[in-house]
Amino acid sequence: MARRTALTAAEADEFGRALDQLREEVLAGRGEGDARYIRRVIAVQRGLEMGGRVVLFASLLPPAWLAGTTMLATAKILENMEIGHNVLHGQWDWMCDPEIHSTTWEWDSASPAAQWKHSHNYVHHTYTNILGKDRDIGYSLLRVKSEQRWHPAYLAQPLYNLALAAVFEWGIALYDTEIERAWRGEKSWGQTWAQLQVSLRKAGRQAVKDYVAFPLLAGPAFLPVLFANLTANVTRNVWAHTIIFCGHFPEGAEAFTEEQVEGETRGGWYARQVLGSANIDGPALLHLMSGNLSFQIEHHLFPDLPSNRYAQLAPQVRALCERFGLPYTTGGLLRQTANVWKRVIRLSLPGPAPAVADSATS
Amino acid sequence: MTVGRILLDAAASLTTPLLPDDYLGLIDPLWSRRGLRGRVEAVRREAAGVATLVIRPGAGWNEHRAGQYVRIGVNVDGVWHWRPYSVSSAPRDPGGVISITVKALPDGKLSGRLVEGVPPGAIVRLEKPRGCFVLPQVLPPRLLFVTAGSGITPVMSMLRGLAQGGEMPDAVVVHSAPTRDDVIFGTELRELAARFPTLRLHEHHTRVPGGPARRLTMAALPAICPDWAERPAWVCGPPGMLADAEAWWRRAGVADHLRVERFRPAEAPGGGTGGRVRFARSGRQAQAGGNTSLLAVGEDAGVLMPSGCRMGICHSCLAQLTSGRVRDLRTGREHGAQGELVQTCVSGAAGDVEIDL
Repeated sequence: MARRTALTAAEADEFGRALDQLREEVLAGRGEGDARYIRRVIAVQRGLEMGGRVVLFASLLPPAWLAGTTMLATAKILENMEIGHNVLHGQWDWMCDPEIHSTTWEWDSASPAAQWKHSHNYVHHTYTNILGKDRDIGYSLLRVKSEQRWHPAYLAQPLYNLALAAVFEWGIALYDTEIERAWRGEKSWGQTWAQLQVSLRKAGRQAVKDYVAFPLLAGPAFLPVLFANLTANVTRNVWAHTIIFCGHFPEGAEAFTEEQVEGETRGGWYARQVLGSANIDGPALLHLMSGNLSFQIEHHLFPDLPSNRYAQLAPQVRALCERFGLPYTTGGLLRQTANVWKRVIRLSLPGPAPAVADSATS
Repeated sequence: MTVGRILLDAAASLTTPLLPDDYLGLIDPLWSRRGLRGRVEAVRREAAGVATLVIRPGAGWNEHRAGQYVRIGVNVDGVWHWRPYSVSSAPRDPGGVISITVKALPDGKLSGRLVEGVPPGAIVRLEKPRGCFVLPQVLPPRLLFVTAGSGITPVMSMLRGLAQGGEMPDAVVVHSAPTRDDVIFGTELRELAARFPTLRLHEHHTRVPGGPARRLTMAALPAICPDWAERPAWVCGPPGMLADAEAWWRRAGVADHLRVERFRPAEAPGGGTGGRVRFARSGRQAQAGGNTSLLAVGEDAGVLMPSGCRMGICHSCLAQLTSGRVRDLRTGREHGAQGELVQTCVSGAAGDVEIDL
C-alpha cells in the first residue's frame, strides 16, 4: 500500500456525485443504438463460431485448419469477454430481452453462470481489492500483492501461473466453487460438493462438444478438429488470463485493508475502484476483444453500464481523477503484462515489506 | 416428438450452452423456438386511431381459439415492451397469419407506436395464446355479444370463425362506439349481418350532436334483445361497462351465463412514495416507506430475499415485479412494467407493489 486515497470525506462525496452524474448521462441516452450494438456483436460472434466450425471440417488442409481455428478462437474470446461477462453483469438487462439477460444467460466457459455471478459480480465487484475479502486477489493461488503473507509454495508461482493461463476457464470454474473456504470451515462441504457437481456437469458438456462431438462429426479430420478446438480454447484462456491479470495486478493498482474501508461511503467506494484498477491503452479492436475490460476503471465504477459506453466515459473519468488528484493507472498491453509477470516473479520470493499505510499523508 | 425435434435435441450437444434455435434464429428469427416471434406482414388502417397488424407467427405457435388474447412484445428504443391484445382474426387462417387490432390510447406509448410506427417486416415477440373468453366446443343455439370500442376484437374473431364455417347460430351483437364511422370492423359487421339472417347487429352510437355522451347501459338490453337472460353472453369493453354487466346479470340470477374479457391497464398508476408491498409467493406483506429498499422491506417481513452487494451493482437481487411501480432510490426515477425484473436493493415502492417472491 504505497499510498492512500487523499480524499477528505467532503471530496469523496463530491467525487461520488460527479460520477453519479456521468452515470445518469449514459442512462438518459441509452437506447436503440446500444441495443443494436450488442445484437450485432452476438450475431457476429455466432456467425464466426458457426463459420469456424464449418471450415474446420476441411481441416485436413492446413490453410483451412488455420482459418477455422482463428475464427473459432476469435468467437470464443468475443463470447467470453464482450458478451458473456458483460451480459452476466446485467449490462443489457434494461432491454427486457429474455434472451439477452443476466438471469437467463449461460456462457461458453467451464464456470456455470450462477456461480460466476456470485463470486464475480457480488464478491469481487463489491469488495474490490480488500485483502481477506476480495478472493480475486491472486485467486487464492498467487501472491500478487506484497501485503499477502509469503509461503514457500509461492516459489513455484511463475510456473503454475503459466499453467493457469492455459487452463484458465477450468481454474475459474474450480475457484468459483470456493473450495478453500470449505477447507477453512467457512462454508459447508455439502454445498461446495453440490456446486462442484454443477460445474462438472457443465464443464463436461463443454468438453464433449469440443473434444468428442465435433471431432467425431469430422470423421477423417478427427484429430485436426480436436487439436483446433484445443488450440482455440487455450488461446481464449491465455488471452482472458492476460487481460484479467492486467486489471488489478499491475503496479499502481492498490490493495486495501478491512480497517481502511470501514464506514466507507459511496464516494469512497468509487475512489477504491479507481485506485484498485488499471486500464490498458490500445486500439478499438483491443477494447472489443478484451470485452472493454481495457476500461477496467470505468467498468469497476459502473459495472452494469453497457460496455460500449466505457470508451466515451474514459476521458471524463480521467479528467475527474485528475481534478481530485487520484492516480489513473493505464498503459499498453505489453507494458502492463510485463509488469504483472515481473510482480508474479518478484512476489514468489519473500518480501518486499509492504509500504506501510501512512495515515499522516492522507 | 417429431424427428426434427429429436435431431435438434441431438444438435444441442453441439451448440451447448446455446440452443440450436439460437443459431436458427440468426438465419430467420421466426425459426427460433426459444422465444416465439412473429413478423408483421401488413398494417391495415381500420378507423381513426385503429390499425390491424397482420402477423406471421414463427415456429412453436399454437393455433388460437376464437376470443383468446396473445401477449405481444414490441421493441421501442431498444427495450422490449409487452402488452396483451385479443386476436381479431379467425382461427386456422389458411395463410397461417393472425391479426391483432390495436386502438391508440390517448397516453398509450405502446399502442400509439403499434398503430403508427410498426413497419411491415418488423419482428415482434409473441407468447402463446391464452384466455378463456371463448365459445364452448358445443355451440349453444342462441348467443349474445355486448361490446364497446375495441372490445369488439375478440368477438370479431368468433364471428369470423363462425362465418367461415358457413353456419351462423342465432346471434345478437350489441356494439357501442362514438359514431357509425368509429365502429371498428363496421363495414364487415354490417356485411355479415346482411349475409346471415340469424345474425342481428345493433349499433349504439354514444356521440349525439350538441348533447352529452349517451352511454350504452345494460338497462337498455331487454329492449334490444328481449330474451337476453336466456342467452349465454360474451361482454367486452371498458371497466365501467363490465361492472355494469356483472351487476346486471347477477341481479337477474343468471351470472353463470356471463363471460367477460377485461383489458387490463398495462402500467399501474405508481406516483406514490411508499405503499403496501406484497410478496406473492411467500404470502407476506408490509407497509413500506418511499425511501426503504424493497430488499429491506422483504427481509424485515421475513421473506427469503436474494441479495448481494446491496448497492445496485451486482444484479443478484433481481425479482419480478408482478404489479405496481418502483422508484430507483439512487436517481429518483420511477419505472416498472408488469413482469419487469427489478433490483430490489435500490428500488423503493412508488405506490402499492407486488413482488414475485
